[in-house]
Amino acid sequence: MTAKPSTAIEVLDDLDRAIINRLQLPLPIEPRPFAAVGLELGCSEAELIARTKTLLETAALTRFGPFIDAEALGGAFCLCAMAVPAERFDAVVEIVNGFEEVAHNYERDHALNMWFVLATDDPGTIARVAQRIEDATGCEVLLFPKEREYFIGFKVAA
Amino acid sequence: MNALSAQDRDLILATQAGLPLCAEPFAAVAMTMGTSEQDVLSRFQTLIGSGVIRRIAAAPNHYKLGMIANGMSVWDVDDAAVDKLGQIIGELDFVSHCYRRPRALPLWPYNLFAMLHGTSRAEVEDKRTQVAQILGSACRASDILYSKRILKKTGVRLSKRGD
Repeated sequence: MTAKPSTAIEVLDDLDRAIINRLQLPLPIEPRPFAAVGLELGCSEAELIARTKTLLETAALTRFGPFIDAEALGGAFCLCAMAVPAERFDAVVEIVNGFEEVAHNYERDHALNMWFVLATDDPGTIARVAQRIEDATGCEVLLFPKEREYFIGFKVAA
Repeated sequence: MNALSAQDRDLILATQAGLPLCAEPFAAVAMTMGTSEQDVLSRFQTLIGSGVIRRIAAAPNHYKLGMIANGMSVWDVDDAAVDKLGQIIGELDFVSHCYRRPRALPLWPYNLFAMLHGTSRAEVEDKRTQVAQILGSACRASDILYSKRILKKTGVRLSKRGD
């Protein structure tokens, strides 16, 4: 477990960091958005575009595009957790991951050791899928729906 | 509740993998869709206004940015104070996601979730201490859950069919 940490951060300069921080905030919806953001950051439109391409190619950024709110489209998400007996863990993983509504699933070090996200086309389906998972696994599914989001984003130390 | 028009759906499908990185990205999208730049701009503005699109922005790769350690910190915060404090926690540089969620008593007394990132577990623990100091006496109990294994990870994307 002494894997060498990623070196991407070491080759980022101040402008790269400023770009990473700024691009997590909304892009202006106007014909030349990168020119407008470049003005904020003190770099040219062409340089901002070139650097953003590099940040995507080196995977410092995973994506640059619209963030869709599936809930606004009628879809629903719910964080769920289960306390899965250790001896049944692998079998339960297989069952839970087999549900196409399970988007992410993490093992965590807690009595509630399995945490997954359900993504469905409508809110009513969440409870039904959770019930089907309970029936299939014999483990209680606790639902932790988002009640409020406090979002600002993640910043790279400048 | 918010049905998408076919044109809005096409616009999202055309851009959800990424906005073109060029001087006039909206014109480039319009070209591929056979519509006008003005149409693309006004559709995006409307979709953002209605909340279907939160923003056009970048998603950072925490791991590549050196933030190789992360923990889901969870806090039992006084209901009267949680929204004010949650906003402050959400604004911290090292917090990527911060949510209020229902408790599941007696097993789970925590109502505030904040994902903490750092270059090491020790750094994450240090940040956890910083959060605890901010929450102060409004917080009755806390814990942090480190991920041991990713068991499944599929992106959530708009499906191509209208389902």
